[in-house]
Amino acid sequence: MVDGVEYKQEERLQQQNKLATFETAVLPHLDAAYNLARWLTRNDADAEDVVQEAYLRAFRFFGGFHGEDGRAWLLGIVRNTSYTWMQRNRSPQLNMVLNDEPHEAESNDLNPEALLLQKADAQMLRQAVEELPVEFREVLVLRELDEMSYKQIAVVADLPLGTVMSRLARARKRLQQILASHTQTEVLT
Amino acid sequence: MSCQTAQKFIHAYVDGELDLAGSLEVEQHMQECQVCASAYRNQTALRSALKDSSLYHSAPAGLEKRIRSSLRREAKSEVGRRSFGWNWLPVGVALACVLLMALVIWQAVPGLRPSGDELLPQEVVSNHVRALQLESHRTDVISSDQHTVKPWFDGKLDFAPPVKDFSSQGFPLLGGRLEYLNNRAVAALVYQRQKHYINLYVWPAEQSSAASEVADKRQGYNLLHWTNSGMNYWAVSDLNVVELHEFARLVQQAQ
Repeated sequence: MVDGVEYKQEERLQQQNKLATFETAVLPHLDAAYNLARWLTRNDADAEDVVQEAYLRAFRFFGGFHGEDGRAWLLGIVRNTSYTWMQRNRSPQLNMVLNDEPHEAESNDLNPEALLLQKADAQMLRQAVEELPVEFREVLVLRELDEMSYKQIAVVADLPLGTVMSRLARARKRLQQILASHTQTEVLT
Repeated sequence: MSCQTAQKFIHAYVDGELDLAGSLEVEQHMQECQVCASAYRNQTALRSALKDSSLYHSAPAGLEKRIRSSLRREAKSEVGRRSFGWNWLPVGVALACVLLMALVIWQAVPGLRPSGDELLPQEVVSNHVRALQLESHRTDVISSDQHTVKPWFDGKLDFAPPVKDFSSQGFPLLGGRLEYLNNRAVAALVYQRQKHYINLYVWPAEQSSAASEVADKRQGYNLLHWTNSGMNYWAVSDLNVVELHEFARLVQQAQ
């Protein structure tokens, strides 16, 4: 019985150590986690729930983390949790099928649209990013807002490096098209 | 470098993902190509617009606190779950080891393992007790007539057990039944002495030589064992030893 008590105390101590290590390694990336969840779910309350759930999952899987890139590891879990969340809530975002084959029309579209950007304010930009298909949105957010390398994005989004690059190019192109259509409607009204 | 290749690599260039040679090629191309140069300016403009527009969603106040407390709860419940799971595993393994060792010792040390000689009296007593517990199991053929009981065994056994009624001597025959003892089918004859039952088990002996009575006592039951006329006899009863000997002599004399 004494053994059992000591065993449990040792367990508790190990668990305390795990918690402390986890909090130092993973908790500093809370903003990044929330930012990604918020951009994916497009909703404050959902993002909070997703992040909370993702942290619990991360804690459970912490044994499988070997001190590599804590942020990429956590964001991978946040991304998966977000997708599970969207599936559970039957988000229409997931109904879009993305074709990763390069689109000739897109890649040959060389029209500079820098002028549109000067007119676009923060609100418009935010709206345009939210309108992007979720697969484009995630690579763009990870690249532009989290300033992750292609390699890190590949880890988070579970994609080959080449796909990261092509998706990012297409995401930017699409974003500019959305901005163009918005500024045009604004001019018209 | 063609425009098409440059367009392909311009994003990697903007993102600082191209190696030195690739970057130099793209830069060289942009010096010559206005379209690609403006595409590059376009991308950098977009990048800085995205960065400056405070698009970053920082975690709301209070979320960190909520996560910390939910992690603490999770850590606590994991201790409960794990200690339950982990405490039983060594216990189970230890138990299995002890059992295995006990079995090995039991098998290896001859003194601990009941030999054939030891097992048989035990088997006889158990059979006797079981027969008494079940009224219906006491006899398969109920008859005090030895001429009814003896033929009943015909075709059920590969031998003919000697059956005698000793009613006049105070040991009336109640009947008989088939039993399985010592790895074979045997005849069980049931006698009575006042309120005591006697089971007499009979089967052919391996040696034809006669052996005198051997008395034993187990679990309060008296046992008598002898060999006579090529038959093994085991008499078991809660009857006292003296009267059981008397019964045994009757059986032996009848043959």
